[in-house]
Amino acid sequence: MTGQEVVFALLGVVAVGAAVLVVTTRRLVHAALWLVVSFGALAGGYLVLTAEFVAWVQVLIYVGAVVVLLLFGIMLTRAPIGESRELDSGDRRAALAVAVATAAVLVTVMVMGFRDAYTPLRAGGGSADALGAGVFRTWVLPFEVLSVLLLASLVGAIVLSRSDIGPGPDGTGQDEAARPDSGGEG
Amino acid sequence: MHLAYPLVVAALLFSVGVYGVLARRNAILVLMSVELMLNAVNLNLVAFDVWLRDQVHGGQVLTLFTIVIAAAEVGLGLAIVLLVFRNRRTIDVDRLRSLAEDGTAPAPVPDGPDPRREQGPGQAERGEAAASAEGGVTR
Repeated sequence: MTGQEVVFALLGVVAVGAAVLVVTTRRLVHAALWLVVSFGALAGGYLVLTAEFVAWVQVLIYVGAVVVLLLFGIMLTRAPIGESRELDSGDRRAALAVAVATAAVLVTVMVMGFRDAYTPLRAGGGSADALGAGVFRTWVLPFEVLSVLLLASLVGAIVLSRSDIGPGPDGTGQDEAARPDSGGEG
Repeated sequence: MHLAYPLVVAALLFSVGVYGVLARRNAILVLMSVELMLNAVNLNLVAFDVWLRDQVHGGQVLTLFTIVIAAAEVGLGLAIVLLVFRNRRTIDVDRLRSLAEDGTAPAPVPDGPDPRREQGPGQAERGEAAASAEGGVTR
């Protein structure tokens, strides 16, 4: 067991442990904060695997943006901040059985299939230089398609969250006041 | 590094995400569990990219794409959750049963009032939409 493997195993324990706390804690805000720990440990794992650019993107987008979005969602739905027993569903035992079965199957297949797979880690394989060349030479068309997808999801989120678009109080269709500026977004 | 370490960590993370999606009732916690599953997939992609020594870095570039798609997904998902909360006053996925067929109603939730309406669904939604439009200014 080399030093890299020890570090990765520790980070993996932290990531999985924090993930277990995310799905078992009784406080909603604590779940979001444990999610930060899990994502941070995964970013460290990416660093150990020499994927440094992916690690920083993980920190920026997941820890920086997604968790903040989730905290906004928690606040806007007026969720209970303190301890709450209503976060768990009634059929937890079935969920636990399915999850344990999934873990058993996946771990068994992965260990049986890749028990002897070994690769020495060489730095520089995942630098911003290498990944930028990859994105803008080989994968430039998926990259552009992805920008269109982001624009579509942005427009969709705006349309969904604006309360003056949609069925009016009479229930017949568009609001009278919102009709002129909502026509161009469909 | 042996490839088994990241693969086992990813498999365990995915299983934890599966448990969260199935066992949690709050829609935002379900979204968090989906994020955990997406992260497990990302770890697999990075590990196999490093193992295969891909010259064009397909695995890591696909990881970046997955992260962007996950951000878009959580943005849209939260917009939908907020819309559901505005119309129904609850985001418990166990209680959102408008799409269930007649005769397959589950046992009633023991705590709290039953949000299923007895009158026609159109009337109820219209009334709630009007109420939320009035109250939406103050939020």
